[in-house]
Amino acid sequence: MSAIKETEQDHGQHHHHKDLAHHFDTLEQQHDANTLGMWAFLLTEVLFFGGLFAAYTIYRYKYSAVFEEASNHLDIKLGAINTVILILSSLTMALAVRCSQTGSSLWTGRWLLITIGFGLMFLGVKYFEWKHDYHIHLMPGKDWSGKDWWHWQYAKQAKEMEAHSKGAEHSYPDRNTVPPDNDPKFGVKGIQESQQARLFFLLYFCMTSLHALHMLVGFVLIGIIAYFAYQGAYSPEYYSPVENIGLYWHFVDIVWIFLFPLLYLLGAHMGH
Amino acid sequence: MATTEHPTHQPASLSLYFITFGMLMLLTILTIFAGFQNFGMWSTPIALGIAAVKAALVVVIFMHGYSSSPLIWIIILASMFFLTIMLGLMLSDYVSRGWLL
Repeated sequence: MSAIKETEQDHGQHHHHKDLAHHFDTLEQQHDANTLGMWAFLLTEVLFFGGLFAAYTIYRYKYSAVFEEASNHLDIKLGAINTVILILSSLTMALAVRCSQTGSSLWTGRWLLITIGFGLMFLGVKYFEWKHDYHIHLMPGKDWSGKDWWHWQYAKQAKEMEAHSKGAEHSYPDRNTVPPDNDPKFGVKGIQESQQARLFFLLYFCMTSLHALHMLVGFVLIGIIAYFAYQGAYSPEYYSPVENIGLYWHFVDIVWIFLFPLLYLLGAHMGH
Repeated sequence: MATTEHPTHQPASLSLYFITFGMLMLLTILTIFAGFQNFGMWSTPIALGIAAVKAALVVVIFMHGYSSSPLIWIIILASMFFLTIMLGLMLSDYVSRGWLL
């Protein structure tokens, strides 16, 4: 009987705080373990994105001239706007974490929702950017295939025409007006350069969409944490989930901080 | 009693976050400005250098690196270490054996 009592007392002691899991001694220890786990996950994420950065590095080294030319077809203005939006979302995320540390549940939830709002703005800009890229045939695939050089020339021509007509969609040139695949003036070198440029855009679409995928996952996770924040689940003693979703979001921000100069600003010095 | 201890991380001051945001904006402007200059072979190292400073600001301030334990810093540094191995050793191979590409 006394043994049972003792056990109950022990059990009671270990559940002194409602948020302390059974296998941790203190809230502090639990917080440190949570944070460590999140950072370990982010380490794998660094290497996950690292694979694409490695591919980029190799081909950027090998085909630097064409990569600069290809980069020139991206819209620096939209890339810069998105950089500002994403850093803003990082700020609001940092404020959300701070509010959870000071015990302001309501504002934790609000800042989290504002962060999702900025994230949606980012993806909105990205949507129009990708749509435009698709229209000027920068998307590797069916519209950019076979002996590619004329597709590349076509994209250039489309960009020039667009500059004159302020971007109206109907202004894109008819593909029939560009020279055929076997036009002798393009030659082998032209075809090779087209394929190198296609590689740049393959990397551009892969890297930006992997980044966007991380944002979509982030929306779901931030939404869940925001819901619990509104329920009052977090306190200055227990805010690890908010801290960890913050770490994730800041990591996504850091990836973009590197993507922006590497993809958009590569050929900026050559002028548009 | 041990279980009543709170996590020791004190919230950073609000102004620190806003100053960090301001610095990130300035560095974004700087990297765009630098992108339009022709630094030749130094263009990419300059762009990456600015991006590294921005990333460091995010890690140290926004991600609370300033108050993180040494164990966390081992993880942070390990991620850079392994990334360097991946990029460095791979590049050394491609750069020294041009016929690979």
